[in-house]
Amino acid sequence: MATQLDDQRIIEFDVRTDEMLINMGPQHPSTHGVLRLLLRTDGEVVYEVTPHIGYLHRCAEKIGENLNGPQWIPYTDRMDYLAGMNMNLGMSLAYEKLIGLDLPEKAMNVRLIIAELGRVASHLVGMGAYGLDLGSFSPFLYAFREREIILDLFEEACGARLTYSYLTIGGATHDLPGMIEIPPGLASLTGNDPKMKLLWTDAVLMFLEWLETRIKQYHTLLTRNAIFIKRTAGLGIMPAEMALDYGCTGPVLRGSGVDFDLRRDGDEIYTRMYEGYDFDVISAPFDGVKGIPRDVVLGDNWCRFFVRMLEVVEAIKLVRQGIEKYPTTEGSHRVPYKMNTKLPVDEVYLETECPRGQMGFYIVGDGQAEPMRARAKSSCFCNLSVTGPLCEGVLLADIPSIVGSLDIVMGEIDR
Amino acid sequence: MTSQEIYDALTSKFGSDAIIELNTAAKDHWIEVAPASIAEVSQFLKSDDALKFDMLCDLSGVDYLEIDAKLAKKFPFEPHLEVVYHMLSVTHKHNMTIKVKLPRWKDDQEGQIPEVPSVAHVWGIADWHEREAFDLVGIKFTGHPNLVRILCPDDWVGHPLRKDYEFPLEYHGVRGY
Repeated sequence: MATQLDDQRIIEFDVRTDEMLINMGPQHPSTHGVLRLLLRTDGEVVYEVTPHIGYLHRCAEKIGENLNGPQWIPYTDRMDYLAGMNMNLGMSLAYEKLIGLDLPEKAMNVRLIIAELGRVASHLVGMGAYGLDLGSFSPFLYAFREREIILDLFEEACGARLTYSYLTIGGATHDLPGMIEIPPGLASLTGNDPKMKLLWTDAVLMFLEWLETRIKQYHTLLTRNAIFIKRTAGLGIMPAEMALDYGCTGPVLRGSGVDFDLRRDGDEIYTRMYEGYDFDVISAPFDGVKGIPRDVVLGDNWCRFFVRMLEVVEAIKLVRQGIEKYPTTEGSHRVPYKMNTKLPVDEVYLETECPRGQMGFYIVGDGQAEPMRARAKSSCFCNLSVTGPLCEGVLLADIPSIVGSLDIVMGEIDR
Repeated sequence: MTSQEIYDALTSKFGSDAIIELNTAAKDHWIEVAPASIAEVSQFLKSDDALKFDMLCDLSGVDYLEIDAKLAKKFPFEPHLEVVYHMLSVTHKHNMTIKVKLPRWKDDQEGQIPEVPSVAHVWGIADWHEREAFDLVGIKFTGHPNLVRILCPDDWVGHPLRKDYEFPLEYHGVRGY
């Protein structure tokens, strides 16, 4: 239960003599980047939190207005740099909807495999970093070890490890790789010969199989860890109305018990990618899941964290199905798109389900190759805006726990 | 609900003075609303049971202007500003785009930014989105509780997403290009 200011056990007299303004950040390790929180505190109790953002502002939208579509793709990588693939996908889909580009089956299949692998990588960082926020160091190292292999696999596909620019307007820049040398990390983890050669898709399957056995360990390390539960359950409770009011999306919204996922409920051009795939939308209160700690309240930090953990399992399921279909898909991985294609005098707003929430791209064309307006609506921007009301009256030590549970990336907030 | 049904519901409630037009030719259909009525219309869109737009996905300002004289001849729009509200109903799973058209400068006096009523009391997230639109596009949202810059520093001059914005050559001793 969050500590309220009028709680008589905490403050005996209504005299705030020890009021203090504390700057948390912009270089605080547990603020996930350059975020500054201005805290108004009375002793240990925080009764006002004001986030200050913009330290990483590059005006990517102004840059987008001066570049054509394919040229802007690398800038979207640098928005949510932990899920660059998903950013590329959202932006490409918005352009494709604007110019009316239809994608072959294979392109959509490649995109699904890559986007869901990106989701796994991003949620792994989310999980590890959250453990780090709460003082548990080992899950962070495990998470990064696992993510490393996904990055190795992405490197085989497009040559980059962080800023991919792989999914582009019209599909993907290359087809998925064929035979590769096994990534060194995967070879040592699975005990295979480091010189072993195998298909890229088989390497992915080998990794997923190994990852699945590890998920149980994460649950032991974090999810069902007594200290972790003490620090997350019943804290930062966000009712569904509040989540909707503040435009919270993704795991934050679903952790509050709203069953909404754009992969199922979104725009037709996006949901088409997921047609024929079997996956569940995870939302609190996790019907049918056994062993939920007693202290957990709908919409608290623990729920948001647990949604991400279960989403990894769903993403693994999706990648498996994608790889199963991959050899039989028809068409090319890409339809050609010329850099100087003139955009129609029209506008499109498209949101996609990124690991951190609904990322929207609003493109207004005016007959030139460069758009009139290239707006990127950030999901973390909305998720962070709720910190003020959410952190009212909590203890100072719980601030990293609440902000960490929102899983923000400053590159996306500041753009 | 389809865009036509939403349009009909709005016109029957607010009349054609407040609800100016429905554009179905665009890929995302949009409804233009008179600037003075946007706050009441938003309140209705959120609270009406059949509409129930409980989430404001995005609020963005767009500057319609072409500064290149050669391209300006072919430019398909009159110079103006727009505030675009993209909203979504999680309950009914429908979405809608609402637009408000504003002059580029208030009373045609350059430097005076135009005004539009704030919707921050309707959706909590509009608070930050409006601050961003004020910061980058230069639109004043009247009735906003705390309309200060959000992404740029407080002492920044100008609104970078205006098409005629001139990049500063220097900021606190840091040289630009």
